[in-house]
Formats: sequence, C-alpha cells, structure tokens
Amino acid sequence: MSQQNRLGTGGRIDRSRPLRFTFNGVDYQGFAGDTLASALLANGVDVVNRSFKYSRPRGIVAAGAEEPNAIVQLGASEAAQVPNVRATQQALYGGLVAASTNGWPNVDRDLMGVIGSVGGKFMPPGFYYKTFMAPASLWPKYEKYIRKAAGLGRVPKEADPDIYDHINRHCDVLVIGAGPAGLAAALAAARSGARVILCDEQEEMGGSLLDSRELVDGRPASAWAAAVLAELATLPEVLVLPRTTANGYHDHNFVTLHERRTEHLADLAPSLNGRRQVRARMHRVRAGEVILATGTHERPLVFSNNDVPGNLVAGAVSTYIRRYAVVPGRRLVLSTANDHAYRAALDWHDAGREVVAIVDAREHPEGDLVNEARARNIRIIPGSAVIEAQGKKRVSAVQVARIDIGGFKVAGRVETLACDTIATSGGYSPVVHLAAHTGARPEWRDDILGFVPGKVPGMTPVGGVHGKGALIEALADGAAAGTAAAQRTGFTAPAVELPKVAKVREGKAAALYQVPHVKPAMRAPKQFVDPQNDVTAAGIELATREGFESIEHVKRYTGMGFGTDQGKLGNINGMAIAARCLKQTIPQTGTTVFRPNYTPVTFGAIAGRNCREFFDPRRFTALHAWHVEHGAKFEEVGQWMRPWYFPRGNESMHEAVQRECRAVRESVGILDASTLGKIEIQGKDAREFLNRLYTNAWTKLDVGKCRYGLMCKDDGMVMDDGVTACIAENHFHMTTTTGGAAAVLDWMELWHQTEWPELEVYFNSVTDHWAAMAINGPNARKLLAELTDDIDLSGENFKFMDWRAGTVAGVPARVYRISFTGELSFEINVQANHALHVWQALFDKGEKYGLTPYGTETMHVLRAEKGFIIVGQETDGSMTPEDLGMQWCVGYKKPFSWIGRRALTRPDTKREDRKQLVGLKPLDPQLVLDEGAQIVLEKEIRIPMPMVGHVTSSYFSPTLGHAFALAVVKGGSQRMGQTVYLPMADGRVHAAEVVSPVFYDAEGARQHV
Amino acid sequence: MQHYSGFGLVKHALTYHENWQRAWRNPTPKKKYDVIVVGGGGHGLATAYYLAKEHGITNVAVVEKGWLGGGNTARNTTIVRSNYLWDEAAWLYEHAMKLWEGLSQDLNYNVMYSQRGVMNLGHTLQDMRDIHRRVNANRLNGIDGEVLDIKQIQEIVPIMDCSKHTRYPIMGASWQPRGGVARHDAVAWGFARGADALGVDMLQQTEVTGIRKSGNKVLGVETTRGFIAADTVGVVTAGNSGVLAKMAGFQLPIESHPLQALVSEPMKPILDTVVMSNKVHGYVSQSDKGDLVIGAGIDGYNGYGQRGSYSTIEHTLQAIVELFPMFSRVRMNRQWGGIVDTCPDACPIISATPVGGLFFNCGWGTGGFKATPGSGNVFAATLAAGKPHPLAAPFSIDRFISGKLIDEHGAAGVAH
Ligand SMILES: Cc1cc2nc3c(=O)[nH]c(=O)nc-3n(C[C@H](O)[C@H](O)[C@H](O)COP(=O)(O)OP(=O)(O)OC[C@H]3O[C@@H](n4cnc5c(N)ncnc54)[C@H](O)[C@@H]3O)c2cc1C
Repeated sequence: MSQQNRLGTGGRIDRSRPLRFTFNGVDYQGFAGDTLASALLANGVDVVNRSFKYSRPRGIVAAGAEEPNAIVQLGASEAAQVPNVRATQQALYGGLVAASTNGWPNVDRDLMGVIGSVGGKFMPPGFYYKTFMAPASLWPKYEKYIRKAAGLGRVPKEADPDIYDHINRHCDVLVIGAGPAGLAAALAAARSGARVILCDEQEEMGGSLLDSRELVDGRPASAWAAAVLAELATLPEVLVLPRTTANGYHDHNFVTLHERRTEHLADLAPSLNGRRQVRARMHRVRAGEVILATGTHERPLVFSNNDVPGNLVAGAVSTYIRRYAVVPGRRLVLSTANDHAYRAALDWHDAGREVVAIVDAREHPEGDLVNEARARNIRIIPGSAVIEAQGKKRVSAVQVARIDIGGFKVAGRVETLACDTIATSGGYSPVVHLAAHTGARPEWRDDILGFVPGKVPGMTPVGGVHGKGALIEALADGAAAGTAAAQRTGFTAPAVELPKVAKVREGKAAALYQVPHVKPAMRAPKQFVDPQNDVTAAGIELATREGFESIEHVKRYTGMGFGTDQGKLGNINGMAIAARCLKQTIPQTGTTVFRPNYTPVTFGAIAGRNCREFFDPRRFTALHAWHVEHGAKFEEVGQWMRPWYFPRGNESMHEAVQRECRAVRESVGILDASTLGKIEIQGKDAREFLNRLYTNAWTKLDVGKCRYGLMCKDDGMVMDDGVTACIAENHFHMTTTTGGAAAVLDWMELWHQTEWPELEVYFNSVTDHWAAMAINGPNARKLLAELTDDIDLSGENFKFMDWRAGTVAGVPARVYRISFTGELSFEINVQANHALHVWQALFDKGEKYGLTPYGTETMHVLRAEKGFIIVGQETDGSMTPEDLGMQWCVGYKKPFSWIGRRALTRPDTKREDRKQLVGLKPLDPQLVLDEGAQIVLEKEIRIPMPMVGHVTSSYFSPTLGHAFALAVVKGGSQRMGQTVYLPMADGRVHAAEVVSPVFYDAEGARQHV
Repeated sequence: MQHYSGFGLVKHALTYHENWQRAWRNPTPKKKYDVIVVGGGGHGLATAYYLAKEHGITNVAVVEKGWLGGGNTARNTTIVRSNYLWDEAAWLYEHAMKLWEGLSQDLNYNVMYSQRGVMNLGHTLQDMRDIHRRVNANRLNGIDGEVLDIKQIQEIVPIMDCSKHTRYPIMGASWQPRGGVARHDAVAWGFARGADALGVDMLQQTEVTGIRKSGNKVLGVETTRGFIAADTVGVVTAGNSGVLAKMAGFQLPIESHPLQALVSEPMKPILDTVVMSNKVHGYVSQSDKGDLVIGAGIDGYNGYGQRGSYSTIEHTLQAIVELFPMFSRVRMNRQWGGIVDTCPDACPIISATPVGGLFFNCGWGTGGFKATPGSGNVFAATLAAGKPHPLAAPFSIDRFISGKLIDEHGAAGVAH
C-alpha cells in the first residue's frame, strides 16, 4: 500500500521529505507535514482502534483535539513509550512506531469483538452496578476481568529518560489560538508595543486559515497568516509559541501553556549541539489580558452505526484534503444541518472524487455554498438525514430518510446510497473549555446553537468561540479585541487595517443532534454519542428513564465525556439528547463542568525538573564534606542530611553509638548542630512577641542570657521548642527544631500579620548563615579555652544559660552555654563559611581529650537519659507542656493570653489521667523495647484490648548499663514503680517498670560546673 | 424496588431495556417529615437509609441543593481504610469498614468495594516509629495491619521506585489488606435507591436557606421550595457546614478548604493497590476504568470555590513521579476540587447542637468517604434516639470546649 489516498498536488506537506513509519507492525510512508492521522488516512488505514466496551472497529473521526478514536501507543523503545497519543495531534517523524491501544489479538481481527456484539445487549450503562454481586466472594475475580477490559495505552516499564522544565512569564496580552481571530488580535496588540504571547496547539499556526477555501486580499488565506506571523516574528516583545496548548486557565489570568518541544521530532527528546533538550516546557503565564480565540469544534450527527470507520466530521474531511492532500475515501455522502459543512463536499469534488449526495436536514437549504454545490450538479437531498450507516470495518452504504426534527421521527421512505465515506455536521460548538476552568459557566445561545464562554474578568472571547466564526467577522472581531486589550494594559494601539474578504452568505442552521431512526432509539442500531466510552443515545435515554436526570448524573451513569477528549466531540449532543428525553431545553439541562487539562499533559511536564535531586532539595551543613570524609552515616531530618553516627572501622551502629556516648560522658564529644532552625527577631516589640508566642515568660531575660522556650498551637498542644537568646534589648536569636524551622517562621508571620499587626517586630531566617558546633562533656571547657582568649569561660562569669560574643579560633563567634546532653556544654556559632576552620581547630586541640564527633543517634540517647523531649517524637500534636512534665515552662501569670493558654485551661487538658511522659525500665535490662510499641496494663493479651500509651524513644545506655525508654502513659506520673506490658506483633509480650523519665544526673550537677 | 441481578440484565435486554424502573422517585416535598436530612451526599443518604431500615423511621426527606452525591461524594479519591491511630476513630472507621464489606449485597447495588489493600509509606525514622505505633494500636483494636519491609513492599508494588536513589528513599510501610477503593457515585446511588424504596423522599435541587426555630427548638428548614417542617433535622453538608451552622445561629470549629484530585488518562492495569505517602505528599490508586487516581493535601487557604491552585497539582505530581518514575510519560487528563470541612483535631463532629432537635454530622475533612456507611449508621441511630450512638459520643462538639480532642494529625497524619 502506498499512499493511495494522497492527491498528486496540493496540501501543506513537503513531498520532498518522505518519512517511513510503522503502525501495528506494518511499514508505511508519509510526508513531512503530515500528522500520524493524515498519514494513516493517506495509506488507506481504516481501523485504528477497537472500542473498549463493545470492541467495535473504529476509525479516524476528526483532525484535532476532539478526536476520540485514534488513540495510539507510541514509541520505538520501552523507555520511550508514550501511551494514549492522539494521532490527529501527533506530527509524523521518520521512524515513528505506533500501535492501537485496544484489540486482541489485533485491531483487524479482534476476538473481544465477538463478545462485544453478543454481550453488548447485556451491557447497558450502569450494568456493573446491577450485577457481579453474588456470590460476594467472586467480586475480586469479576473486577480483575473488568479492569483488564478497561484502559487504553500502557505505562512504559522503564523510567522516563527525558527532562521537562518550567518557565514563569508575564505578558500584557495572551492570545490563545492562532486562527484568523487570534492572529488579528495578536497583530493589533503587538503593534502597540505590548508584550504579547500567542500560542496555538497545532504544528502550524493559522488555524482555519490553513484549509480555508476563501481568499484574503485576493490570495489564499494561508498567505495572510504567513504574513502576519512574519511580522510578529520581527517584534521584540512578541513570543509566538506553536505546538503549545493552553491547558489550564486559573484565577487572575494565570494560564499554563504546555509547549511540546520535541514530540514532533522523535519519541525521545533528541540532543541539540550535544545537549539534551527538554521534551516539554510549561510556561506559567500571568497575563494582563487574555484573548480567547479557540474557535469551535464541529459536532457530528448521532445516527445508527455512526462509528463504522469512514465516518468523519465534515470539517475534518476538508482539513485532510486541503491541508494534507489526503482524500479519505472515494464516494462521499455528506449529512449536514448547516451550510458551512458544504465545504467538505466541494473540497471532495475539487479533489476529483465522487460526492454521492449532500443530505441536508433543512427543508430549503440556501446560501452561497449551497448554490455552489448546486452549480456543480451535486445531488442535494433536503429535509433528510443519514439515519444509519452500513458496513463493518468500513462504511459501505448509508440509509437516508426524510426526517421530522420537531417530532423526532422518520417522516418518509428510506433510501440506501452506496458510499464509503460519511461526513456529518450537526453544527459548531465553541471551545469554551478554558473559560470554564475559571468557574465561569458557559451560556447557551439559540442563534448559534451553542454554548459561549461565561464572563471571566480580563478575558475577551473573539471569533468562533463566541459565534463570530465567519472569516470576515472573525478578523474584525480579533483586531478590535487586540487593540482594546492593548489599550487596557496601557498601550496605544494603532488601528489595524483589515484585509479584504468577501462575505459568504450562509443560510440558517437547523438544530439537529440525534437523528431519529425508523425504530425507537432504544431499539435502533447503536447511535454513538461518545465513541471512546461507547456511550450511545439509548444509553442516555436509559439513564434518564432510571431517574438520572441531572446532566452530571447522566455523565456519571453513562460515562459520557469521561474519555481522553473529555467530551469535546460528544458532550453537546449528549446534553441535547438528555434534554429531549427529559422534555426540557438544552440550557435547562446545562453542561457538565470542563476542567483542566484542555488536552492531557504528561505528569513529567507538570512536575518539571522538581524530581529526584530537585525534589525538595537536600540541605547540607557547612561541615558536610568533613562528615562524609569521616565515614558518617546520615539520617534525613526535615530537608537536612545529618550525621547519624560515625562508625569506625567495622563498628556496628550499636558499637559506634555506645562509644560516642561514653566519649561525651567521660571526656568531650562534638555535634554539628547547624541544622537547628535559627530565626532573628528584631524590633521594639520583640520581647512582647516572644511572651505571646512561647508558654513561658520573657520579660526578664537580660542581654547575654538564653532561655529554653516551649511553643504551643492554639489548642494547647506542644508544637516546637528551642533556646532563644537575648542579643540586645530589641534583638533575639531563636532556635527551633531542625524539622520545624519553616513551620515556626510561618506560624510567627501568621500571628504577627493576622492577629498582632500592631507589634513592631521583624523575623528573618538565619539558619544557613550560622554554623553551630556543640562541644559536650567534662573536658569541654578546657578544650574551648585553648581556642579563645577574649571569652571568660569560668563557671562564675559564664554561667549555664549565658551566651557570650568573642573570638574562637580567630573568628568572630557567639558561644552559648546550653546543653542537650546534661553535660558541661558550649555551642559555638560562627559564620557558616568559617565553620570548617573552627571545627578543624577544635579537632587539632581536641585530640588529647579524645574529641569524638557524634551524630543524632548519640544525641538522642544522651538527651533521653536526661528525659529531654524531642518534639515530634515524644509529642504528636496531643501533648501539653504539663503532659511532658514541663509545667515549669508555663507562665499562667503572664499578662497577655499567649498562644495555647486558653486551651490549656479546658477541663480535659487539666485532667490528671492524661497521657504523661514517663521512663520505662525493661525488666530484662538488655532488651531495647520497640519504639512505637503500645503499652497495656495486663499481661494476658485479648483483642480488642485497652491501650494506655506507647514507647516514644528507646535505647541502650552505656552509662546506665541497661536499656531504657521514654514513653507516654495514661496517668503515668501516678504509676511509678508499676509494671506495664508491651505486646509485640509476633506474640511476645515484654514487660517494663514505669520510672521517672530522668535517668541520669537528676540534680543537673554536671551541666552546672 | 426492582431487584438487580445478572439474570435481570438478561431479561431486560430482551425488552430492549425499556422496562427499567427509576432508581428513585422525584417527589414533591411534603409539608412535614419526622426527620429531615440536609445534604444528599453519601453521608446524608446513608443516614436516611439506616433511619428507615434500622429504626423504622421512613417519613424522612433528604434535602439536597444540587444533585444527589454531587458534593465531595462525587469528588473524592475513594480510599477506604480503618487503620486509624486513636481508639475512638479506629472504632468508628472499623464500624464503617464492616458495613462496606457487605454493602453491595445489603443495598442490592454493586458499589464495587475493592479490597485491594492500602499501603502507607514511611520515608524517615520518625515515619517508621509512627507506623509501628499505629499498626500496633490497630492490631490491639482488632483491625488488620502489618508493617512491611522494602522487600515486601516491592512484591506488592513492583513498579514503585524502592531504591536508594529517590529523594526520600522508602524505609517501610504499613499495610491494611482489607482497605481499598469503592465506586463513589454508586455508593450515593445505592443508598439513595435503597432509601427511596423504604419511602424516603429525595428532594433534589432544593436548597436549605434557613433553619426555623422556636426558642431553642428546631421547627424545620426554609428551602428554595418553601418551608418544610420536622422535629428532628440532621445536617450533613460537609464543606458547607459552617454556612448551615450560621443559619442555625452558632459557630463550628471548622475551616473549609479546597482539596484537589486528578486523574490520568485510562491506562491498562498497572497498579493493584493503594499507595499513600505523607512524606513526599501524594497518593495513587488505579480505578477499574484504568485512570490513575491521584491526590494529596488541602490547599492552604479557606474558600468555597470548588477549584484550587495549580501549585498543589505540581507538587502532587512531583511526588508521584518521584515514587513512580515510569509514570512521567503518562498524562493527566483532568483535575478538580472539592471543599472539605476540616476540624482542628482532624476528626469529625457527630453531635447534638445548641439547638434542640438539630444535629450535625460534619468535619470529615479530607477523609470521610471511607466512613460513609458507618457515619450514616451511627448518625441515624443518634437522630432516632435523640442522643449519641456510643461510637459517635466521643465526637461530640463539646470536645472543643472540654479539650477532649481525638487528635488524628499526629501519628496517623496521612489524610484521606
Ligand atoms: C478531592 C477529594 C478527595 C478525597 N479523597 C478521599 C478519600 O480518598 N477517602 C476518603 O475517605 N475521603 C476522601 N475525601 C473526603 C470525602 O469526600 C468526604 O469526607 C465525604 O464524601 C463527605 O461526604 P458527605 O456526604 O458528608 O458530603 P458531600 O458529598 O459533600 O455532601 C454534602 C451535600 O450537602 C449539600 N448541601 C450543602 N449545602 C446545602 C444546603 N444549604 N441545602 C441543601 N443541601 C446542601 C451539598 O450539595 C452536598 O451534596 C476526599 C475529598 C475530596 C474533595
């Protein structure tokens, strides 16, 4: 087969560039400029798919985004697979490999089709709700079968090798659609100097100008389009984006433009000058004005067997002939309700093929195009329609009958006409989808038999999308809107001289959607409304009969509009049919809601580069390289990579942690504490703000002092903690948990901006600016003394919870005497880029003390020995400060009702038997209890069983010589000495004694030396 | 009620499906009902069904401003599970789970409840602590649950990236085999049809515009079709609950947020279970039609517009591609939003109110679909008795005054 449907001349294809491609394993040839669909039609491929429910053979229906059938699997290699490509929107490239998504063993000989044609009768809409119920145990089997039958393409089995990116843009005027109205609008706006973006989803810009029969300024319409595009290309503020679909229209003129940069070249993005190109780019555009020039989609007529391959919408026939020089058949019958579709018959005739008849639903068709058809002696059958197609894998004939539209019945004799192609047109539905995304409900217009966009602030519809589809009108409409939009965004637009176009006189269209059949709709051969989902007119009728009267119910019960074309082809017909069955008008019936995407967009394009290393990018401290070099194992905490432990040689984690713990308790250890959140708080009301934010009091904290603070949510539950230092009267330095930093800053801004705007206070994140190194252990002071000579480290002059500014290892530092281990401890903060220098200096001097780096695990053991909580581990959003035994940290006497105070005085938060923080000592001293183990009071396990708490932290302590845990237990403070039980999933039951959560140095002697 | 069965389908096929009856009537409102349920979502319809079926109260109207099941019931991602952390929540959702397990047969309507298992991934040490804690609690409450290691996860979901190369490598998961998904519309329709058959009036396109009271006692509801009287009114209006409470003259501790979801184009079966991750923030399952059904968390701001912001969709798909790099070339077909009624403690309110005879069932937020039969069941009992069903009692509105919250944010934090 070699392009038997290709005309010898004409079209916009490049005959000098033949391209080979493969469809369902067969090799074909097309030309550059083809779509996959036009190339398939050129080669006479009729059956491109099988329908999913009835397995009926399906052919190409349309030439654009509304195509429901020609959905193919693309890709020559596994990783390059692209599921569900619409052949009408896929440019042909050399080596393209595609296959039908349905059909077994293949689309031509499909075994499922047998089941479909026999079983179809038993599969009305909603049939699965009515069956597969007994026996209940078989449902999973049924479901497996149902799932197998569903779905179109398949997911590639390999990860996507391609990359995608995002770009943010601002423009004055965004024009969506580059047909006559859009081009005129863009030109008018652009000539004013405004920043204009013009996008169009097609390979080539020009829209209907590319296949128009009309002349513009005496030349083919496409020449005018080319001239406009050439001028736009010279204007520096204009961005023209072909192959770019406005896929979503959000509030405040935020529009996403999905630009497919390489899909027309190959299935994997090719390299350009040695660099990988992005496969697709999402332009996130904020536009001053949006001009919607998206035109219309033609509605097919709904008649029996209207899905037999060889059925196309009339406009698509014209497009294939005029743009691609492909005549998709030999003998055409056109069934129409309007003049405009006559173009298909004229184009067909021009191509030298036979027009069997034009069947016109109107009694007295008249208009320029009608007259032209008459002049060519094409047979016109008025007052009639095609009521049924015949043929299996290709149309072989049609039945034509006189119809009574108002009475919805066949009103005369049925005539059979032999043909192989049917073109139909029921009218033109404005492409209102984008406007609908914003929530604007489309409005019905009786004069154009279609829904036009609802009002959207800052958006102007132009051309066909609001009923001004005739070329002469569309040009004027677009130009005027472009000028006005430019003016509204502050530019003076010179008037655009409109090109000369002759007016085409057209007769009034008839309102025909479903064509009546000799038999009632329920008994007639299937009349498809939404072919992709096998939704028929009878199905819609049945839905309404069963009480599914809202159009949303009809949609959901039948599946209408659920396909990958989202009802572009069939929805209006479906609504009209529902309206007929419910005996109401179309506007009363209303539309379903169109939502993004206008056409489907790959997950990759929406995700952009923000995957893998760019997905929530990792944060590293200034000392990270040192940690890596010293063999650290890392733990993810929030976004940070923190050293977890530093194994030496073949040490296990347990061994390493035990060694690190001992080093701190016996000499000195060092922790990279840089990941703690740090927030600068400045302003004359900084102190007052802290009073309101923290549970404890800040009024008396002097300069040079630090204090531990607890923060609650407004429900009184602990949300974060940390130490805050008073740097100056108006200046505080707050630390937060590593994971909580961003949330705390947000929280502070929220309260400041919404509740207390009168406070003069400013916040700034300085987490990355400071590196923090905590040296802990009895030798900490001696070590630090070797590196500073301007800070007096003596116990009397630099007390626990003081901070000092000075020099450490020759660089400016703030040293905080705070401790999370219970040992003598100094936290040295230096500018982050000095960190490695200071850290290194500490190790140089620290060797003699056996200075040991330790990670988060050791930190956890040491703090747990002291009963110090970790927010997020001991707390879970349901613990009050009192529950944690931290009533010392709550200032009920503070004058201002701080966040959480009111909640903490509620009766339940005051209850004595709430869950409270306790220590657990396993009865087997070697047994490290499972974190997350639930605690019960009885040894005998029965299910269900009351639980009194759970283990929050659990370790083995080398210092104590036994395992220990922290837990929260109901009424825990009253249970000291009691034995509790911990049932494990494997049936074992552990036992532990409830003890104080402070296991070590309860008096705090060690940190006060 | 016309009985549905495979045999019935064959029989009706012979008469060209011309004799199917309406699934429910379209009645004119009576002047007075024993009970009015405001809101014809899944929860409201289930309430009406169980009122009629279990309490013999059939003089009931469901008053719905739009179409039945058109609120969040029509918009959710249909995940059903009962592995909640806290006893009160676990018992309530497990009550629902048990009802799910026989619902198709009970309603004679296939709600396609598919027990394909729900997996919650852990990516950090704290995630794993929380998972252990929750699974241990579930088991002691008699709810199925397991902690899975990487190998087990990979066996159940071979296509997920369980390697160390992801941003937050998967460390383990919790697994509830009895969890799964159901066909959301069918749930609403099944309950509606069942309730209708028992005599309940479904009043669609009827908006409640006011609550009429005498002193502190409810008299009925003002609607766009006139006043309808009832001594007992149950309000089940999800995202609009705050609006209804205002009509009744009190406030609820509820914030209404947009929650979005999206679907891919239909794909051949590829994912046989529900995968959720709180850390990377996204979840996915595959519908019987083949769509990948995807969601994440709420949009941060409050609002009643059933849309949402694009950035949320971006983040969600980043999470999904992160978990399933092979989904990158799959295409998103459609996105939508619902308005969810979130409570400070992420648990519902099933409660009497300051107005006598007026009860509210709301606050289900991002995760109420799974509760639909259970919620309706305990709310019906509450309305019938005029006092809370034992499982509903802890969810009284009083808890926001007493402070007896049931905080599901913590260890169970995964929405939905
Ligand atoms: C995107 C999304 C995903 C979700 N995913 C899940 C999930 O996976 N699993 C899960 O368990 N839950 C999920 N949920 C939550 C779940 O959808 C809801 O909690 C649940 O459906 C609530 O049911 P309902 O019947 O209470 O509410 P709805 O279905 O919203 O019903 C409330 C009804 O009240 C009506 N109404 C409102 N005001 C009035 C008035 N004045 N007069 C009359 N009628 C009125 C509305 O029209 C509506 O029909 C999700 C929600 C969303 C939005």
